[in-house]
Amino acid sequence: MATLRIDWEKVNQAREAARQVVEGVHAHTQQFTTTTIERSICRLFGIDGVDAMGVPLPNVVVDHLASRQLLGFGAAYWLGQAAIALGKEPQELAEAVSQGKLDLTQTEPADLFEIQLWAERKAEEAVAKIHHNRIIREERLLEFGDHAGPLIYVIVATGNIYEDIVQAKAAARQGADVIAVIRTTGQSLLDYVPFGATTEGFGGTMATQENFRLMREALDEVGAELNRYIRLCNYCSGLCMPEIAVMGALERLDVMLNDALYGILFRDINMQRTLIDQEFSRLINAAAGIIINTGEDNYLTTSDAYEEAHTVLASQMINEQFALKAGLPDEQIGLGHAFEMNPELKNAFLYELAQAQLARQIFPNAPLKYMPPTKFKTGNIFRGHVQDALFNIVTVISDQRIQLLGMLTEAIHTPFLADRALAIENARYIATSFADFGEDIEFRDGGIMEQRAATVLDLTLDLLQDILRDGLFRTIEEGRLASVKRPFEGGKGLSGVVVKEDRYFNPFIPLLLQESKAGSERYHRAKAALEEGKNE
Amino acid sequence: MSSGRYSVTKADFDKTLDLTHLKPYGDTMNDGKVQISFTLPVPDSENAVEAARQLAMKMGLVEPTVAHHAPLDKSFSFFVIYGSLSHTIDYTQIQVNIIDVSRMSMDETDLFIQQNLGRKIRVIGASTGTDAHTVGIDAIMNLKGYAGHYGLERYKMIEALNLGSQVTNEDFIRKAVEFNADVLLVSQTVTQKNVHVQNLTELVELLEAERLRKRFLLIIGGPRISHELAKELGCDAGFGPGKYADDVASYICTELAARKHQSS
Repeated sequence: MATLRIDWEKVNQAREAARQVVEGVHAHTQQFTTTTIERSICRLFGIDGVDAMGVPLPNVVVDHLASRQLLGFGAAYWLGQAAIALGKEPQELAEAVSQGKLDLTQTEPADLFEIQLWAERKAEEAVAKIHHNRIIREERLLEFGDHAGPLIYVIVATGNIYEDIVQAKAAARQGADVIAVIRTTGQSLLDYVPFGATTEGFGGTMATQENFRLMREALDEVGAELNRYIRLCNYCSGLCMPEIAVMGALERLDVMLNDALYGILFRDINMQRTLIDQEFSRLINAAAGIIINTGEDNYLTTSDAYEEAHTVLASQMINEQFALKAGLPDEQIGLGHAFEMNPELKNAFLYELAQAQLARQIFPNAPLKYMPPTKFKTGNIFRGHVQDALFNIVTVISDQRIQLLGMLTEAIHTPFLADRALAIENARYIATSFADFGEDIEFRDGGIMEQRAATVLDLTLDLLQDILRDGLFRTIEEGRLASVKRPFEGGKGLSGVVVKEDRYFNPFIPLLLQESKAGSERYHRAKAALEEGKNE
Repeated sequence: MSSGRYSVTKADFDKTLDLTHLKPYGDTMNDGKVQISFTLPVPDSENAVEAARQLAMKMGLVEPTVAHHAPLDKSFSFFVIYGSLSHTIDYTQIQVNIIDVSRMSMDETDLFIQQNLGRKIRVIGASTGTDAHTVGIDAIMNLKGYAGHYGLERYKMIEALNLGSQVTNEDFIRKAVEFNADVLLVSQTVTQKNVHVQNLTELVELLEAERLRKRFLLIIGGPRISHELAKELGCDAGFGPGKYADDVASYICTELAARKHQSS
């Protein structure tokens, strides 16, 4: 692949600044847990279903503890103590709590060590399920093979899971590799995860465990017919990041949107809440072998893509460090960016290519997610198709991994079946036509694209050093990211942040880290074996 | 295709423009040529092509040609059709509800407000309901604006407050009262199954229930919004695609000045 000459010393400095920023945040956030983290632990212990009022049982249990001001010990502590005292499973305990028959905090006290032993055993069972799903994915990818080059990613967004399945299967047959079920727009602000299959949504479909299961089953079915593994994507964003990560791990999702800052900046979720939640959600994503996708594209829908390009690179570096901190290996860190420059800007294509290429080189092993033009789509479908074609060309030349296809009808409606087919036809045409173009060109030494990349890198380094000086919290408070100001104590969800007591423990953290590490080692062994096979 | 791809049949119709019988134009006056495309939920086949052709005829297309058809899945087929539209419109009878205000520059607007209102105009905006997209409201309100048109925050004589996305109608009204707004700007970007219509209807009903409707100038905008629709929903104005902050600002100051003049 043609490469840009980059000042690697600056890249290293920027990365180091991002690492220290993340350490600074972690020093603060590690003192806390949140309601959704504790609900995730309940879910991993097998607590599922809803009470007579339709409230999910994980919420019932956690609200029960929070109302007694005892959540700071952690759900694992109370469930463990009650399980030892009563000889019951977590699900039975949750049901008893929901019926008002049990106060978890009033069962016979047990030795902390014994509670931890119980919790560890339960946690091992849950992680074994996650491991099992991971192995199924690995085996299918080995059986069907996984193609090189960009994975074609399309969205379905009918609001009805059953209609989504029709659309998703059609898209897979047309050539899609990743199907993302867009979430109904209100869901990020719900402090619970809805239950069961759903058929109503606005601009998307509810993320529920049953919807995940139904779509997984459908994609496995169509994948078997096509001899391809079709990846499934959903969203770990909002007030329930880690719970949705649990559902994704249990239902074998392959890709999940997971951005450390998105909820803060674009959904006005409290910054402490999001930063605490994102870490546990990423630990789960990591163990499940799920590729996370970060949301840097969002910066560019609110700010100018030419002027603010460095905020994308800075955010990528921060997201990368948060991901590494949560045990995600490079091959699962799908950093995001987007093709969003004004089409009227002279040489916009060159700047887009420079940016995409810069990201490719700085994050060589990351499955980068590249987002198509949306901001300057007008409803002129004919121009829109050309914009998407230019985006597709950049994707192929700079070897992006996850290619979210643009739709010619962007800005008009959520995609029709035919829109998606035309988008896939466009992408495949360009992938074929430009197949080895990136290998066959060179970037001119000191040319427009190299100069542009150098400028973006300089500004990124400045910004990261500013963030390091002031801390991430203050940077966000002052509106220096995406021009959005968010107060430290403001936004939604702060009441769900709880200080950990001395006896607090989360039995999953070491197990998840171990699972991530072992999974990554298998990935690299399989990759090495594959390359050896090619060379022979 | 040995007979060639292009139609060589002679066009035999009146080629003079008649505004009482207006028709689409392809390359000859009154040829009525249009293009349509759609998907049918049946397998791509001879029968499907014929069904598509007959549908086009029912739409009023004379001699429709299925230029392209392809399977989209086992049981879906896609069509691109060209034909001559038989329908006509009497252009001389068209009347549309439009915002009849000439666009002023930012400086002209600021000056106009100073001279005619003598105080700053307070504008509050949000993307309301479940809509999570701020691209529309940002384009109108943010300092930087969009495509070279500065946003309302940059106007010296406008106090602009952008609440962002997913603001409930109740919160929006409460904040508008707190802010003592003159103008409410509502953006609706992504919409499915006409949810934007329901949401805007609810906003108008809430305002009316609280007897606040007349207190504010209520303006809506978005890719699916027209001035016609805005009026229908009980709003004061609607701005659709291709409208920028200066269009909105020009309308706001002209309208508020006219209202002030009326009440004095």
